[in-house]
Amino acid sequence: MKNWPLFEIFIRSKNGLDHRHVGSLHAADAEMAIENARDVYTRRMEGVSIWVVESKNITASDPSEAEALFEPAMDKIYRHPTFYDLPDELKHM
Amino acid sequence: MTIEELERKFQDRIDAEEKIEAKDWMPEEYRKTLIRQISQHAHSEVVGMLPEGNWVTRAPNLKRKAILLAKIQDEAGHGLYLYSAAETLGVERDSLIDDLHSGKAKYSSIFNYPAISWADMGAIGWLVDGAAIMNQVALCRTSYGPYARAMVRICKEESFHQRQGYDILLSLSRGNAAQKRMCQDAINRWWWPSLMMFGPNDAHSPHSAQSMKWKIKRVSNDELRQRFVDMTVPQCEILGMKLPDDKLKWNPERGHYDFGEIDWSEFNNVLKGNGPCNKERLADRLNAHLDGAWVREAAMAHSEKRARRTA
Amino acid sequence: MIPKDHLFDFMLIHADTSLIISQRLSEWCGHGPVLEQDMAMTNLALDHIGRARLLYQYASELENAGRSEDELAFLRDELDYKNLLLAEYPNTDFAFTVTRQFFLDAFYIDLLDKLSGSADSRLAHIANKSLKETQYHYKWSSDWMIRLGDGTEISHEKVQNAVDRLWEYTGEIFQPAECELGMMEAGVAPSYEELSDSWHQRVNSVLAEATLKKPQSTWQQKGGKTGHHTEHLGYLLAEMQYMQRAYPGLDW
Repeated sequence: MKNWPLFEIFIRSKNGLDHRHVGSLHAADAEMAIENARDVYTRRMEGVSIWVVESKNITASDPSEAEALFEPAMDKIYRHPTFYDLPDELKHM
Repeated sequence: MTIEELERKFQDRIDAEEKIEAKDWMPEEYRKTLIRQISQHAHSEVVGMLPEGNWVTRAPNLKRKAILLAKIQDEAGHGLYLYSAAETLGVERDSLIDDLHSGKAKYSSIFNYPAISWADMGAIGWLVDGAAIMNQVALCRTSYGPYARAMVRICKEESFHQRQGYDILLSLSRGNAAQKRMCQDAINRWWWPSLMMFGPNDAHSPHSAQSMKWKIKRVSNDELRQRFVDMTVPQCEILGMKLPDDKLKWNPERGHYDFGEIDWSEFNNVLKGNGPCNKERLADRLNAHLDGAWVREAAMAHSEKRARRTA
Repeated sequence: MIPKDHLFDFMLIHADTSLIISQRLSEWCGHGPVLEQDMAMTNLALDHIGRARLLYQYASELENAGRSEDELAFLRDELDYKNLLLAEYPNTDFAFTVTRQFFLDAFYIDLLDKLSGSADSRLAHIANKSLKETQYHYKWSSDWMIRLGDGTEISHEKVQNAVDRLWEYTGEIFQPAECELGMMEAGVAPSYEELSDSWHQRVNSVLAEATLKKPQSTWQQKGGKTGHHTEHLGYLLAEMQYMQRAYPGLDW
């Protein structure tokens, strides 16, 4: 028998916030995955909106490439506001 | 990189308190240990539904019935969070469940004891969940990310479980003679098995050293057990009940309670399958799974039919 | 103005139905076909317990005889339980459970919708809260009717069998008891003829999508609303009432 596929569940806890990954569950299809997610992950009013996506459809970056992917951003400190030493008189910028 | 280098780098990350995530390189033994421990934990949650499920239909009033049902449902949820964490390691839930049913995988022995009175719902919540929480709080800092996150979620939800159990016993302890009697009897029966939940003494714990090194496990069995005893004794005094251990005594030098020796032959026997309910628990789970097969198949068949029609 | 005793009896029909169906659903706890559905059925059970409590509390106030929600729920004789026979039918298997739920939900979704506009504000409030729950229950049960009916050969056969077997308990829903007639007259309850039409429409459409046949038999059992139950209820009550009967008058 074919098992129910695995779905990754994302929940928006309240309007104005992003959907966040909360875990996974099994369901026969996406529609059932939403219902199951409602019963499994929102029993304590944790959500106002649910996204589900079948786990096999997620492409993840390779951790062994993490250095190549993310370290080049590290020396670009001029992208951060704290890089700039401005006079104190300048209150809000 | 050679295996040795990978392993050294891995250990460096663990030592630096970095979390390990699903796709990261990890030693095969780390992966296996996690699968064993997380699935065992998941199975415990699911088998743990059975002794309490035994009382849902007989709960003494509507409020207690609703609370108990919600609590058992949480356990199903916790089992599910944990299976979901185990699945990030590349195993399927169904194969883990098969291992449970074949007896290859273990679950917490505590659930092989019978729940024979309403007071057991209180004792299970207070002592069994109390002991479990000790363990789970420590596991919130475990080195494997998905496991740690599942534990954080579980701990948040568990906080009401112990309180509802204690609340049941509190009502009984303030009740009539029959209620007090059932309260004390439940405490007598659940105390020692609860202490056994922390596992063998550190000196006899086969997997402990490596698990501590990998920070899968963060606190030793004996230390957690001591914390539990220290926490529970004063709570029992408030109930006006007795813990069934003559050797239980405050030791001012150690700053802890001393307590008697656990009957390890009972522990080992229940572990081996000789507990009062081992066979029933496993049969219940197996039957639920087998009886549900046609339902799972039907849902899959229907969704495939629908996908074909819309294709 | 609704006569109080009619309102009281009406509360009991639906409080008892909710209580008994929740008792049945809770028997699944720990034994569901898959963990996700174990939780789904427990959610249904919890909604129904919550609803039963609200209705008993209101009934208790209407009666004004000092009987608490728990006394109403646990300490009446079988003859005084007014739940629909359908609710007490044993779980049997997942197909029976889903079908039983679907037949009830298809009724409650319209009844509650009407009651939520009732002039009795307390009843309207309870109905409004319950309606949202039932809309979800209805989605769950009708989805599963379709999945099982249009699933595998085995599931089709099992759910068709459940439909055939439970059919004789559906007619009772629309045979108004005295209190329901009174509620209709007072304009609180909708017409049961209308409710029946709407129920049949829903059932026709879901059965059709599920590739299931609607039973042709017209003979219908009755008795739930007047306290004459199937043999199953006695056992259910014996279990449910055990603590209250064995230890009367205590706090838990």
